[in-house]
Parts: sequence; C-alpha cells; structure tokens
Amino acid sequence: MPTNEVLLEVKDLRVHFPTGDGLVKAVDGLSFKVHRGETFGIVGESGSGKSVTCLTALGLTNLDRANVSGEVLFKGQDLLTLSKEELRGLRGKEMAMIFQDPFACLHPFYRVGDQIVEAILVHEKMPKNQAAERAIELLAAVGIPKPRDRFKGYPHEYSGGMRQRAMIAMALAHNPDLLIADEPTTALDVTVQAQILELIDKVKREFNIGVILITHDLGVVADVAQSVMVMYAGRAAELGSREEVFSKPLHPYAWGLLESIPRVDSAGERLVPIEGAPPSLIFVPPGCPFHPRCPHRFEPCDKDRPDLVDRGGGHPDACHLTIEDKRKLWAEREARRTKGVKV
Amino acid sequence: MFQYVVRRMLWSIVMLILVIASVFLIFFVLPGGAGGDAPGGVSKVAILFAGKNPRPELVKQVEQRLGLDRPVYVQFARYVGKALRGDLGTSFQTQEEVTGALLRRMPATASLAFGASLIWLAMGVGIGVISALKRRSLLDRGSMVFALIGVSMPTFWLGLIAVFAFDSGMQIYDTGSYVPLTEDPVQWFKVMWLPWLVLAFVSAAIYARMVRGNMLEVQGEDYIRTARAKGLRERSVTRHALRSALTPVVTMYGLDLGILLGGAVITEQIFNIPGIGDYAVQAIRSQNLPIILGTTVFAAAFVIFANLVVDIVYAALDPRVRYS
Repeated sequence: MPTNEVLLEVKDLRVHFPTGDGLVKAVDGLSFKVHRGETFGIVGESGSGKSVTCLTALGLTNLDRANVSGEVLFKGQDLLTLSKEELRGLRGKEMAMIFQDPFACLHPFYRVGDQIVEAILVHEKMPKNQAAERAIELLAAVGIPKPRDRFKGYPHEYSGGMRQRAMIAMALAHNPDLLIADEPTTALDVTVQAQILELIDKVKREFNIGVILITHDLGVVADVAQSVMVMYAGRAAELGSREEVFSKPLHPYAWGLLESIPRVDSAGERLVPIEGAPPSLIFVPPGCPFHPRCPHRFEPCDKDRPDLVDRGGGHPDACHLTIEDKRKLWAEREARRTKGVKV
Repeated sequence: MFQYVVRRMLWSIVMLILVIASVFLIFFVLPGGAGGDAPGGVSKVAILFAGKNPRPELVKQVEQRLGLDRPVYVQFARYVGKALRGDLGTSFQTQEEVTGALLRRMPATASLAFGASLIWLAMGVGIGVISALKRRSLLDRGSMVFALIGVSMPTFWLGLIAVFAFDSGMQIYDTGSYVPLTEDPVQWFKVMWLPWLVLAFVSAAIYARMVRGNMLEVQGEDYIRTARAKGLRERSVTRHALRSALTPVVTMYGLDLGILLGGAVITEQIFNIPGIGDYAVQAIRSQNLPIILGTTVFAAAFVIFANLVVDIVYAALDPRVRYS
C-alpha cells in the first residue's frame, strides 16, 4: 500500500540537449512525487521524455552533453548536486533500474549468475561464494526454476521473460528503495507480460519499495499502478491516482490515449487514434504542446502554456478548458465511443 | 566442443586439398601450364629442363624423372598424398627439397610476422580504445588523422621511403643483413625493427579504426547501460565494453597473422629478408613450379590453420557460438 513517505520528488526538472539541429527539450519543467509502497506509472508516446526523466535521476544521462536544471530529491537528497561517484554509490544499491529489451540488457559474454554477483559485490564486500549463494537466492525469489543450474547459464540460454526476471533479480541485489522499470514488458509476449508485472508488484509489496513504471501502454498502468502521470512533449499533461485518471480524465491527450485502447466490452466499435504525430522536441509548439493535435483547442491554447494545476477536477492537469467543458466533452466522447456496445 | 573441433579439422584437410587442386589447375592444366600441350605432346616444363634444342628422348627422360608423363590426375593424387605427409616435392632446378627450404626460411618470415603483428596489435588496440574513451578530444582527432594517413599508405611505398630515409639518408639502419634470432639476438633486432614498423603501420591504422568503431558501438549497447545502472565503476564498465569490442579483433588478428606467416612478399623483398615471400618471388621468376606450388600450399595451410584456430578461440570467447 502506498505510504506517505516521499521517496522521490522531482521539481521543475529540465533536461535539454544542445544538438547541431537545435536545442532538444527532452524534459521541460516536470514535477512529481513517488511514495514508498506505490507504483507510479508514467505514460506517454515515444519521445515524450519518460525514459530521459528516469535516466537523469539515476545519473545515466551524459551530463557533458545535456543541460539539466531543477531538483531530483531522493529521500531528501538532491541527486543533481551529487558527484558522479556519489551517484554511482546509489545506483544499484538504493535505486535500481530495469529496461525494455531484456535480450540486449544482459552482457552476452558473461554468465547471468556472474553478472548478478558483480552487482552484489560492487556495493558490498563479501566472499565470492557467499555472493553467489545470494545471487542464487535472488534468482529463486524472482521465480527462475532450478536457480542453481540457471546461475551458470548465459543470457542466450534464457527466454525473454526469464531474462527480465534475471534483470529484476539483479535490481533487487541490495534491496533498493526505488525500482525504475522502463517499459519492462514491451518486448515480451502477452502472457509473460502479465507474469512480469505481477512479479514487479509482488516485489514492491514484499520489499516495500517505490516503483516507477514507464510505459506507453495504459493497459499496463491500469493493472498495477496506483498513480499515473501522463506525459506529452517533455511535460506532464495530467497527474492523478489511477481511478481518477481512468474514470475522470481531464486532458484531451489522456482522452485520446484512453480511446485508443481496445476494449472487449465494446465489440464492434472502432478504435480512435489521436490525429497527427508527437511534436519535434526541438520545435515544441508554443502554448500547450498538444494544441495542434487537439480537437478542442481554443483561443489561448497556442499562446499560453498551461501549468499543471488542479483546475477543480480533483487532480492536476495542464489544459486550459474549464472543468465544466472537460466533463461535458469527455461525457460526449464516452457516449460516442460506447454507442455501438452490445449488452 | 570436441566434436566441433574434430569436424573443423576434417574440413580443413578438405579445404587444403581443394586449394592444391586449384593450384594444379592453374599451373598444370590451363594453357601455358606444365601439362603436355607443347608440340609433340610433351610438357613445356620438361623442355625447359632439357636444355636448348633437346633431343626428344632427353625430353621424355626429363618428363619421366619429374613425373610429368603421367596423367594430370595421377600427378595430382601423388602430389596430394605426398603433401599431406609434408613432402612438397623438390625444386626443378636445384633438386632441393621444397619442404626443407620452406622450413629453413620460416624463422625469418615468422620473425617478421610476429614482431610486426604484435606492434600493430598493441598500437591499434591502444589507440583505438583511448580514442573511443576520449571521444572528440584532441587525442581522438589526432589518432584518427594518423589512422587515415596509415591506411592511405601502401606498404611498398612506405617501405621504400623508410629504406631511403634510414639506410641511405640517416644511415642508422642497414638493409639486407638478416641474422637469425638464435645466432645474434641483438643484430636480429637491429635488422628487424624497421621492417616491423613498416609492415605494422598500415595494419595498426586499420586496427585502431576498427577498435574505436567497435568500442563506440558497444558503448551504446543496452548491457553497458545495465552495467552503469547497477553501479559499476567506470573501469568495470570499460572492461565489459572491451570484452565485446575486442572479440572481433581476435578473429581479425588471427587471420592476418595466418596470411603473413605464408610470406610477406613485399616487405621481404624491400628489406632483403630471406623468408617465404622472397622464396616465392624467386620461384616465380625462374618458373620453378614445385616451389611455386609449395609456397602456395604452405601459405594456404597457414591461412586455413589460422581460420581453424580463430574459430575455436572465438567459440571459447563468445558463448553464443559454442557447439554450433
């Protein structure tokens, strides 16, 4: 269950990459909090800044090539002010991360067990065989059958789901407080996806940690997240609890995302894609970055950038529409969408 | 693993026989070869050895002595049979045993090949890794300019310039006084250092570019990000990257060394090193077929052997190719 302890607080984070073509504003004024015991879902299309946010928090963005400002407070400590060595000391120990493609994330030339042992030994001095025993325990804990044999296996001898389990085992080596999962199920079969999500959820409960789950799949978030942040063009469009965002979404972009999920209970209806494509992060549209694709845009949208504040809808969103308009428009869109439902 | 090695060994022998067959085809069967297409149905080579305006009987005699009167396939079979036992025939001119001559010349070629290859390996890998780690730095740019110059300079040109500069000009090097390592190591080194550098230069440049490219590519791999994400020190991250980036270098090095052990024709010529390459050039000049055949087969054997070793080593280095 989510607690009140704030693990990670991001305040007005900006990550800009100067390139030959211009300044890429990958993250542009982002603020959110993650509590211990909760799964915080970050949703958005590719290039919306989800991954960059988390990589920056871990110190994995190349700071020589990025301008980073704002604050990333982890248990009260600003990660952006830490030295490389201090950050390294936290990585894998107090904050761990797993990635999208388990096929590419493990070093193909090293045994899986040795890679986990390495993760253990880098932060904790102990005899190698003791670390190996610990690694085998971890493999067992994430549900890898015959962990003692599998310990000696190479990544290519593992299936995709098993590799992601191994990655999770590695991430858990030091009982971190925060686990960042960057699209952990995208590369996996649907059945395996469910298992991995379940495992992440179990890990969260048993280790009482905070999880940031990055995904472009609202369905994944609906399954396991307690809080949801919808990101668009490096900014937050909407931020709330899962129930709020799914039942009373406030931002037209969130509406678009919800409408593009297929639903079994509305057979025969057509999926509604969001018109257009995500903007270039160099030439972000002025005002609300979503306005060129928004069917409900009106006068201030292309000039004033809406802040992420509670406009009376119960949770914060970044859209100029009044709360009455939002309720009305969403109700209409819902009605249109479920018109053909066979009951 | 064992099965894999055995299978590869057997294939190596098949390959070697195919190489001998193609050499035979070129030198004996194709027009202008040693086969019996001269007037009177006798071998041109036999005529060559029988002296000016020989009597036909003498030519026949020579043919018989050299075995050229037999059908080509018989000659081929005999040659293969002997070659597999290590006997590459005897020189037409001097009756010297080709195998023995090759083995006597081997140390010179091996000195050149190992010395040069170690230099280029050290330089190439060193420069490549440092360039990749210090990407975009002055050091990186400078190294890559060096590499560009290196790959653009052919050995025969560089070698002649080197001889011109160090032998004729500065006179700190004496061309053409090869001494075996076992006789006088100091003199051996004095003679070998320049050919080593000349031969190593181009390859060092190629290796440096390859290693740098590999390193940069590997550094973008997800598993390197994983290594950082688990908090490894940069030194360990680099070790992870090197493991992947240098594995292909092993392959390339093995093959290059194998090729070189079969004779460094140009460098041996320029620096008067009495090695296999030099032997081959002499044989071609005097149309000494057994030696041409012998050096070709010898060189091919090295390349095939190097391929085999490289594949076995690769299987040991990359777990994904094991037992395949």
